[in-house]
Amino acid sequence: MKNKNNIRFVQGNEACVEGAIYAGIDFFAGYPITPSTEIMEHLATRLPQKGGKFIQMEDEIASMGAIIGASLTGNKVMTATSGPGFSLKQEALGYACMAEIPCVIANVQRGGPSTGNPTHVSQGDVNQARWGTHGDHAIIALTASNHQDVFKITVDAFNMAETYRTPVVLLLDEVIGHMREKLVIPEPGEIPVVERLRTSVKKGIDYHPYLPREDGRLPMSDFGAEHRYNVTGLFHDMWGFPNNNPEVVSELLRHLVDKIENNVHEISMHKEYWMDDAEYILISYGSSARSAIHLARNRRSRGVKLGVLELQTLWPFPTEMVKEKCAGAKAVIVVEMNMGQVVTQVKNAVDNPQTVFLANRIDGQLISPTDIKSLLRMIQGKGV
Amino acid sequence: MTKQVFNFKDYIRPRFFPHIWCPGCGHGIVLGSLLRAVHELGLDKNEIVITSGIGCSSRISGYVDFHSLHTIHGRALSFATGVKLSKPHLKAIVPMGDGDALAIGGNHFIHAARRNIDITAIVMNNRIYGMTGGQFSPLSGLDKKATTAPYSTIDRNFDVVELAKSAGATFVARSTVFHANECKNLLKKGISHKGFSVVEILTQCPTYYGRKNKEGDAIQMMEGYKTNTVKIGSKKLEKNPDLIQRGIFIENTDIPEYCEAYDKIIETAMKGKA
Repeated sequence: MKNKNNIRFVQGNEACVEGAIYAGIDFFAGYPITPSTEIMEHLATRLPQKGGKFIQMEDEIASMGAIIGASLTGNKVMTATSGPGFSLKQEALGYACMAEIPCVIANVQRGGPSTGNPTHVSQGDVNQARWGTHGDHAIIALTASNHQDVFKITVDAFNMAETYRTPVVLLLDEVIGHMREKLVIPEPGEIPVVERLRTSVKKGIDYHPYLPREDGRLPMSDFGAEHRYNVTGLFHDMWGFPNNNPEVVSELLRHLVDKIENNVHEISMHKEYWMDDAEYILISYGSSARSAIHLARNRRSRGVKLGVLELQTLWPFPTEMVKEKCAGAKAVIVVEMNMGQVVTQVKNAVDNPQTVFLANRIDGQLISPTDIKSLLRMIQGKGV
Repeated sequence: MTKQVFNFKDYIRPRFFPHIWCPGCGHGIVLGSLLRAVHELGLDKNEIVITSGIGCSSRISGYVDFHSLHTIHGRALSFATGVKLSKPHLKAIVPMGDGDALAIGGNHFIHAARRNIDITAIVMNNRIYGMTGGQFSPLSGLDKKATTAPYSTIDRNFDVVELAKSAGATFVARSTVFHANECKNLLKKGISHKGFSVVEILTQCPTYYGRKNKEGDAIQMMEGYKTNTVKIGSKKLEKNPDLIQRGIFIENTDIPEYCEAYDKIIETAMKGKA
């Protein structure tokens, strides 16, 4: 980067804030919770500086409600939380799925269940991000292992929320959120920013807020603009009117799932390290991927053909890509800080699930390269 | 604008009708008073966002030809807060039932009042959960019958007016569906008020509350609103202090409205003074 003013030394939570600003955030509502609070603290300063709005709400549920309301008036919106707060937000998150409201929810993961381990790292909310709210639905969840990528996936999260008119979960973790490292803020235009797609239907012509275009996208009309329509969490027809006709119900549910699941190739993001000739593959994400990459670099120097597949999109799960990348591997080790949430998806994806192993840590400590190495050597038939 | 004759059809969405309310329900009268209030204020329909939660009363949002947001149980005020703060020129109206507003939604109610954000909350108080079939609410009060209080309630009730006042609402009023014209006038004042306004409207549920508590049919229940309520400070209160008072209990224009206060934060922030 030519501009030195663009270089920062920040926490991951700040990198997320910078990404949100770059993506054009207008409105943030939140409630304090460790380890995500810095996101709201920084936005409390930054948003009004650019004419945006920040509000500290009375609870986690209200924060989720407020961002949905603000999104409907035409704003790019976000909230941030951690485990207990993420649990509380689930009903309103499902509302945003059903009513197709673009919004971004950052969950900086800590140890759970319940109050758990508030100041320590965990990746235990992967499945909650997928199935936290009730009923069938699809969701997008993104994650990253370093601050440059946190910035990037935050912009991606806003872009995908607008493109697919859906809540997008940013699944960060305590280590990423609180660790400080270098961030280079890209110049405007370096990362594409998706603006809200608004309807071209003119005043006086019947506007169908829930009739997708041929490409599946759903142009919006802002609350306050010419078209007055109904938004509801009930199953609804193309006007947004409540409707429990079996055909309407099944068609809407399929649309909500298909618009995400049919675009896995667009939504799926991952990074590869030494994957070309890898005999052993580490699949990881978030802060655990840092240890996986460290170990792979170290083993490569000793001639072990170890590669790393770092997932950045956790949901929809990139089943096809994982299957393809793992096809020739002698063994696959999933590195994560939970009891095995992504490993289940990987076993489901690959041809030989018996070659998939889990290297995990669930004690609130960052998984170390040595933790992974011990398992790798066992699999290789070498002494630990 | 106000010279035009009021016509229901100018303000409703015929596609949504018939409505879901039972015969004898008071909610239609609230709807009528609200639409007449909007008409007489000469408001542009494009500038009104009506946000509701879940329950019989919350269906109002779908019936009216405004921007309408039918949300989740109890949380309507938080959604409306997002609407209002993001676009302060919009008029935010939130019709709520008693359980929606003060049981599951109680936290949002007191905090919206504390902030003094310019939202009009209409508490349609029928003292029962109607949509789920007649369970007692935080406004039912002692010694009442409900499906979840077959032996009678031991839960005391909130006084909406006192609660709203204590929480900091800057406009608080009460009326009943027997006094439809008064309702309309109070709603006009509430909607025009710059700040958080609460209008409690007593509205009968003959199907559940009336039947369970032997209060008769809709007409008898409405007659009850006539005989059991008086204007604030009426002399009748000397003889019978239990009469429910109607009218404007507080109208305070000295407290800064939340969105206007935030605009000043933006001004300060833009000057670089964090």
